[in-house]
Order: sequence, then C-alpha cells, then structure tokens
Amino acid sequence: MDLVLQLLFTGIGIGAVYALVALGFVLIFRATNVVNFAQGEFSMVAAYLMVVCVELGLPYWLSFVIALAGMALLGVIFNLGVYYPLRHRTYLPVIIATIGASILLSNSVLAIYGPQPQVLQGWFDTPGIQLGPVYLDSQYLLIIGVTILLVLFNFWFFEKTLLGKKLQATSQDKEMASLLGISVSTMIMITFIYSAVLGGLAGILVAPVLFVSIQMGSTIALKAFAATIIGGFGDVAGAIVGGLALGVIETFGAAYISVPYKDGFAFLVLIAFLVFRPQGIFGERVAEKA
Amino acid sequence: MSASDNMIPAPAVRSKPLIIRHLPYFIGAAVLVALAAGMQFDGYILNILLQATTFSIAVFGLSVVLGLCGQINLAQAAFFGFGAYAVGLGTADLHLNFWLCLVGACAITLVAGAFLGMSTLRLGGHYLAMVTISFQQIVTLVMINAVGVTHGPDGVANIRRPELFQSSQSYLAFCVAMLAIVGYLVWHLPDTKLGRAMRAVRDNELAAGVNGIDVFRTKVYAFAVCAVLGGLAGGLFAGGFAYVSPDQFSFAESIQFLTMSLLGGVASPIGSVIGTGLLILIPEWLRFLKSVPGLYLAIYGLSVILIIRFMPDGIWGFVSDAFTRWRAHTKAPPVAGALQLRPATTGGDIVLEVTGLSKHFGGLKAVDGVDIAVKRGSVHALIGPNGSGKTTTLNVLSGLYKATSGKIVLDGTDITNMAPHQRTAAGLGRTFQNIRLFRSMTALENVEIGAERPGNTMIGKGDDALTERAMEALTFVGLGSRANELISSFSYGHQRLIEIARALASNPTLLLLDEPAAGLNSTEKLELHELLKRIAAQGLTILIIDHDMTLVSEAAQHITVLNFGRRIADGESMAVLRHPDVVSAYLGSE
Repeated sequence: MDLVLQLLFTGIGIGAVYALVALGFVLIFRATNVVNFAQGEFSMVAAYLMVVCVELGLPYWLSFVIALAGMALLGVIFNLGVYYPLRHRTYLPVIIATIGASILLSNSVLAIYGPQPQVLQGWFDTPGIQLGPVYLDSQYLLIIGVTILLVLFNFWFFEKTLLGKKLQATSQDKEMASLLGISVSTMIMITFIYSAVLGGLAGILVAPVLFVSIQMGSTIALKAFAATIIGGFGDVAGAIVGGLALGVIETFGAAYISVPYKDGFAFLVLIAFLVFRPQGIFGERVAEKA
Repeated sequence: MSASDNMIPAPAVRSKPLIIRHLPYFIGAAVLVALAAGMQFDGYILNILLQATTFSIAVFGLSVVLGLCGQINLAQAAFFGFGAYAVGLGTADLHLNFWLCLVGACAITLVAGAFLGMSTLRLGGHYLAMVTISFQQIVTLVMINAVGVTHGPDGVANIRRPELFQSSQSYLAFCVAMLAIVGYLVWHLPDTKLGRAMRAVRDNELAAGVNGIDVFRTKVYAFAVCAVLGGLAGGLFAGGFAYVSPDQFSFAESIQFLTMSLLGGVASPIGSVIGTGLLILIPEWLRFLKSVPGLYLAIYGLSVILIIRFMPDGIWGFVSDAFTRWRAHTKAPPVAGALQLRPATTGGDIVLEVTGLSKHFGGLKAVDGVDIAVKRGSVHALIGPNGSGKTTTLNVLSGLYKATSGKIVLDGTDITNMAPHQRTAAGLGRTFQNIRLFRSMTALENVEIGAERPGNTMIGKGDDALTERAMEALTFVGLGSRANELISSFSYGHQRLIEIARALASNPTLLLLDEPAAGLNSTEKLELHELLKRIAAQGLTILIIDHDMTLVSEAAQHITVLNFGRRIADGESMAVLRHPDVVSAYLGSE
C-alpha cells in the first residue's frame, strides 16, 4: 500500500509535466488548427538554457527568468519562421515543417552542447519531506503546485480577461474575429509565445527529475500528445486529466511490469484509445461542413 | 538508379498496349541492370550504390503514401527495420532460405502497416503523425531491449544472400532490377483505379467519398503499400550489407527518408530516386561535417522547413510542372459518341422516398421530420430561405451527416445507414454548393473518377472505355476540347460544369444538385438551364436545391419547401410558389 501511494505521488508529479506540455499543444491547436511537433523541443531548449545560465554562475531565479524570456523569443521566431509563411496551406505542409523544426532544434543543441546528459539542480535545497509512509520529493511538489496554479491562471486568463476572450474568438473563427477588429496575426503570435513559455516552464520543472538530454523533448512531447488524445483532442481539461492519467499509468507500469519498456506504455494506451474511444474522455468529434 | 530519361509518361491518348508503349523503360532498366552486373566497382562505390538502391525502394513507399494519398508516415525506418530483421534473423539465426525470408519481410510489414493504418486512419492527419512517431520509438525500444530475439544493440551479423547472387556485384544487379520493377509499378500507380482513388482522397476527401471511393480503405491500402515497400527495401538492405543494428532504423532514419522524399519530389518515384541519391552522395562529399554529432540532422531539419516553404514539389516538381503545362496543350482524346444516361430502374415509380427525416445538432433541429418523394424522371426542387435546412438535408441524403431518425430509400434500396461511397454505388450522384473538385488533376481525370463509380454499368472494361465515357460526359457539358487542362485553369462556372460532368459520367439513378446556379452570371445560368433540360430529356431524375426562383420554377415540375427544418409545402411547382405559407416564408408576413 505504501508503495502504491508513493507511486501515485510520483505518477501525478510526472503527469503534471505531461499536462503542461499537452496544454501547450492544445492552445496552439485551437488557435491554428495545427499540431506543433516541436512543442517538446521547447521544453528541451528551455532546460538547456537553464543549465547554461546556472553554469555561468547566475542565480537560479535569474536563470529561470532568462530561460523563459528566451522561450518567448523562440516562440516569436518559430511563428515567423515556421508557421506564418505556411498559414494558408493545408495542415500537412505545416506538420512537416514543425517536424523539421523539431529536428533542427534538437540537433542544433546536440551539435552545440554534445551528447552528454546534463544535470540541473532542483529549486529547493531540501530534497523532500516524509509524510507518513510517503516521501514527497520537493521538486515533484513544486511541479504539482505550479501546474495547479497554471491551470487556475489559464481559466482566469481565457475566461475573464479581454485578451483571453480575443484569443478564444480567434481560435473559433478567424474570419469573424478579424471582422470584429481583432488582429488575428497578433493573437496567433501571442499563442505561440505563450505555449513556448508553457513548454519551457515544463522543461525547467522536470529537468531536475530527469536528465537534461537531447531526447527529453521528443519523449515528453509524445507523452503529452498521447495525453491530449486520451483527454479529448483540443480540450483543455482533457489535456490535464489525460496528462495526469498517463503519468500514473506509466509509473505503475514501470514498477510492476517492465522498466525498459516504460516509454512504451503511453503508446499502448494511445492505441487502445484510438481504437475504442478516439474522441477521448471529454472530446467530441466535429464533422466537416460540406 | 533508374532510367529517368525514359520515364516520361505517355500522352493521354491511349491506343497501343501498355507493354509496347513502356518498352523504352524496360530497355533502359535492362541496360542499367547489365551495367550494375558488368562494371567493376570498387567496394566503396558498390556500397554506396547498394545503399542508394535499397533506400530508394523505401522512399518509393513514401511517394505512395505521402505523395499520392496525402497521408504521413514517420516510421518508414521502422518498417525498413522490420524487413531487415526478418531477413537478418531468418537467414542468420534460423538458417532459412533468403527468398522465404524476403517474402516474410513483406508479409510482416503488410500486417503491421495495415494494423497501424486501420487504428489511426479514420482520424485526422495529426494522429497519424504522432502514432507513427510513437510506433517508430517502440520498434527501436524492442530492437534494443529484446536481446533474446534481436541480439539487442549488438545487431545481427552473418546475414546471408541467395545462392544465385553471392557476389556483391550480382547482388547489386539484382537490387537494381528490383528497383526498376517496383519503380515501374509505383510510376504506373497514379493512372490505375487505386492510384486515382488515392489522389482523389489527397485532394478532397469529402468529394472522393461522394464519388464512390471508400476513403478509409484507400488510405489503409496506401499506408500498407508504403510499409511493404519499406519491408522489401529493408530485406534487400540486410542481404546487401550482411550486418544490421538498431541505430540504422531509428527515428532519425525515418526523418532522413522523409527528407529524401521531399527533396526529390514527393509525388513521383523519379523524385524519390533523385532525393535518395542526393542525400546519400552529398554526405559522402562533405564527410567533415560528420565529425560534429547532430550537425547533419540539424541541416536536414532546416532543409525540410525550407523545401516545404520554397519548393513544395521538390526537384522533380519543376520538371513535372513543365510537363503538366505541356500536357494541357495536347489534344483531347477523341469522342466516340454522345453521352448516354441510362438510370437504373429497379424500384417503383418513386426514385427517392424520404420519410420522417431528422437531423439534430445537439438541441438544434436543423431538419425535423421531413418527407420527400421524388418521382422517376422528374426534376424536383427543394427550396427554402437561408437556414431552412436544405443543405443539411442534402448532406444527410448523401451520407456526409448521419440521420438522427427517419428513412431514406433510393430506388428500392434502404440507404439510411450507408457510408457516402456505398450510397454512390447504390446510384446517387451529387454536386457541391462550394465546388469540390480534385484540384491537382485534369478535368478528364476528375470525370474519370466519377465514371469509375462501383456499379456503373455504362462503362466497358479497360482504361480506354473509361476515358471514352469521361470524354462523353465532358463533351456533354461542352468542355470536351479542354479535357487535359488542370482544374485551376477553368473559370468558376466551368468548374461547376465539370462537377456535373463528373456526376453524370457515373450514370447515377438520382442526381442531387446543391445550388448549381450560385455564383453564375446570367449567361451561365441560361446555359445551366439548357443543360438541365438535356439531362432531364434522357430520363435522369434530378433533385435540385437553389435560390434562383426563375431556374427552379422553369426547370422543376415539383417543389418541396422547407422552413426552420420542417416541410411547409409540397406539390406542383406553380401551386407551391403561390402557397401563402411559402410567400410569407420568403417575403415575410404582415
């Protein structure tokens, strides 16, 4: 029983990271109807930026701010270089371009930084606290806390602020939004910046738990995408629930079934959902209008 | 590499048998095979040629699934690896016959490809991309971790070749021959029924379904063909190099295959060979770049972004564009006779009987308990103000929406629960309000897809009969002389006519026209009216939706009026148009 509680805690912690990246996927998908396959690389790049800054001797908080600012810049460059020129084409060229961007980002970091995984310290000096039978790692606590805060922030931002409503309007109907005087290209730019920062935040948070490596981006992205499908594609709540569920399933799978195949469980769950419930837990399939 | 000089497709006029027209290709291929067998290459060159040949076959697979069918596959290296391990483990560990293993490689990849495709292809393209990446990762995981079967990271050594091709030189010749054969099949594929279906699905899924194509099955076929070509290529690769290891079949390799395909030109096997050749040779010339890990793939990633943005059709695209422009000026195929429409008459006096049809979107009752009875040989109009549920009705009739309740009987067959392509097979033809043609094809090819409707009794066997039927339909709408032009070169009104021709070529039992007059100028409207008369004169039943009251009142004998999803009037044209409810629905009441 103790082990089960411990695994549950760890699973939720890792699931929270998937949920954050999944949120980035969903936001971009809703705004542009495109899945950004470089979303995971945002996490990876942010983690490396963090490592570089900390190694330069900057304080942790400053490194954090610099890394997130770097992600905002990357979001701008990504939008202008990859998405925007292709915005009037069908989804296929855009997907391929974001895959190209993903390869470009991860391998540029590899070329610059080499293949050795890096270690990033956690935010807190205390490693964790013992609560009854369960050991609560401080970094996992931080991850879970930040995720809860961000979910609340998201709700407030998209439902209660004018900017959030403009973003929603853009994602639902670009033509109508532009007729109402909303600058669609600005809204899409903001979406890319926001989801790059979100992805970066997830990367920085998870870095002390995993190693900082070139592959971390694609691994997280695959899980996060599986999470969005499990939750219901394009659904914000679904992305979070899906992410948490996947984290828990994976942690238990690794503990009770097989460690080397840990990364395979997400895929099996994904296939099962695609076959039996492709619309996910919350989602609804929308038919194209003839 | 294949004889690209000899691969200029034949003009649209089809007369001589295929084998004779394509003789130059086979002669060229035979010369290449002889060269591969006879020239003395040193080991280094031989390896490069062997790699280029086998990789090209794998990239052919991508040109089918991505180029022809518009579906993505980011796991081609995994299928390539399946094939390589099937031949590797089969010949080295199990001491099986090479040929048996090669067939096994194809069979395994066929099953894996079909399964992966069937689980995902009903959903959007994003799913497929992510699922294929996941699949690729899983395959790599298994190759590395299932040490007992795959030897793990050590890989498989001592892979054997067939007795017949023991020397590297003769094995290369064998691979070149395989390349030539597979290349021929892939090159010829777009002009077959399956190939046309794939292109139709790529260009417009909805229109493909409504023209009798089983969209899902076509996609699964394309995906499975791609996987099998990957498996075949992998099997040949394993035999060529005698040693394989998991890192040769990683995600990075899948990306390399994709880059090869995009660079050369995704739509053609010639492009595949060009792209593969370049991406194998260029790294050999620039070996110094390899000293920095990651630099190569970073360049590939950047190339993918640049190619997609600046030359989406790849290198070969430039050449084939010129060819397409040239083809537009070639003479259209001859027309044998006038178009014959012989609508099937298995049912009774009523061709289409709709009873209690409803379509609800959540709480919105877009169509609510509508009855329509269309008499055989009549022109029946369905009218109503904006938002009255006309187009929704049409979409439910053609199967794009599923009816919430009610029954639809076409010529004695209950089609209520059929998929769009099955309804088309049962005799339904339709056009769209916002024109849905296959944009990358010629007018003739568009109409040919219509003529290929399953169950069309008006075409004989073979491609010539198909072309003949399509030409008759195009000539019927007055565009026969422009058959070989691409859709984009036609005016809006003419595109509408091509859509009607596409439906007519299929010899439907009932023709559904969704606002055919929308966007037409007054001359075009008059022409459309004449065309409708000529269609009706051949006894084809028409159900037309339109706003144009002049057209409707002159063309239709019978009118059904909808408002707010309900039928408010039904009967003989003039009487219905004077009906007080109809007048108030259109003009408002006091």
